[in-house]
Amino acid sequence: MRLLTHNMLSSNIKGLTSGFPLGIEVEKTEEKEVEMNADFLRNMFAKVEWKALVEAAKTLGYTELPDNVEPSMLDSDEFLRRFHHALLELHLEEGALVCPETGRKFPVNKGIPNMLLHEDEILLQ
Amino acid sequence: MKLKQLESLLGSLQQFDHPKAENSFGDLCDKVVADFGCGCGTLGLAAGLLGAEHVTGFDIDQESIEIATSNADELDLDIDFVQCDIRNLTLSDRHIDTVVMNPPFGTRKKGADMEFLSVALKVASRAVYSLHKTSTRDHIKRRALREYNASSAEVLCELRFDVPQLYKFHKKKEVDVAVDLWRFVPTSNQGRHL
Repeated sequence: MRLLTHNMLSSNIKGLTSGFPLGIEVEKTEEKEVEMNADFLRNMFAKVEWKALVEAAKTLGYTELPDNVEPSMLDSDEFLRRFHHALLELHLEEGALVCPETGRKFPVNKGIPNMLLHEDEILLQ
Repeated sequence: MKLKQLESLLGSLQQFDHPKAENSFGDLCDKVVADFGCGCGTLGLAAGLLGAEHVTGFDIDQESIEIATSNADELDLDIDFVQCDIRNLTLSDRHIDTVVMNPPFGTRKKGADMEFLSVALKVASRAVYSLHKTSTRDHIKRRALREYNASSAEVLCELRFDVPQLYKFHKKKEVDVAVDLWRFVPTSNQGRHL
């Protein structure tokens, strides 16, 4: 599971103030190289929750992302490379995603998080 | 059973006219694509082959996801999968450009495909491609435009599925289903994070 996917997920347990971002417990990570697409990255920059990405990357062992960013950084190839690496090349293979409010763990196996809720966690509509 | 399922889906895939999605509308290339109810991954994989930058598939069934993972490996595509119930998933509405989906038609649980459509229109920024039974065409159009935040709803083409007996609840050996391929455009949301 890439951090781009992590960045779009929230805990969906009923009654939360905010289920984002999910914490990460790491048992196994992988790095898979993919070709960089600068235009895509510039587009994603505006959409990504930056703080959550930096924290997630750190948890996966990558500390090269700056804590504070501004759009002018998109002109830097070095910055783009790091952004690309964190967003698309780091994979959580085994571990868990953790609800930030309840601590409930959503297991991750073979890169696939299981976000299925138990019956008492679902908000009845 | 799974092989048959993949065969039937791949068979209909040739008719999906995905190239239309790419050539006419630019909804896939370099985009973030979500496949809701991805099953064996067919639609998400097609999106990947057509140049989507990142694809995430969502499905409730573990076995389907395992098959989808191996299909992705075979095609040398890197797709993320999430096991979940789409109807109670909290998903950002900023990241995903396009949703592609072949939702459950709601033959067993009425309205299942409408629930999928509702969620899809909340999270997609550009477009939702979805399959629904032709018999529900007017109903779908009305609800999409009036209730689900669609600014447009267009049937791109009509397909005929030959659905073989795949599941225990299928009573006939084979059934011929008329299905519409829709393209919905969501009204733009202001980037609120759900």
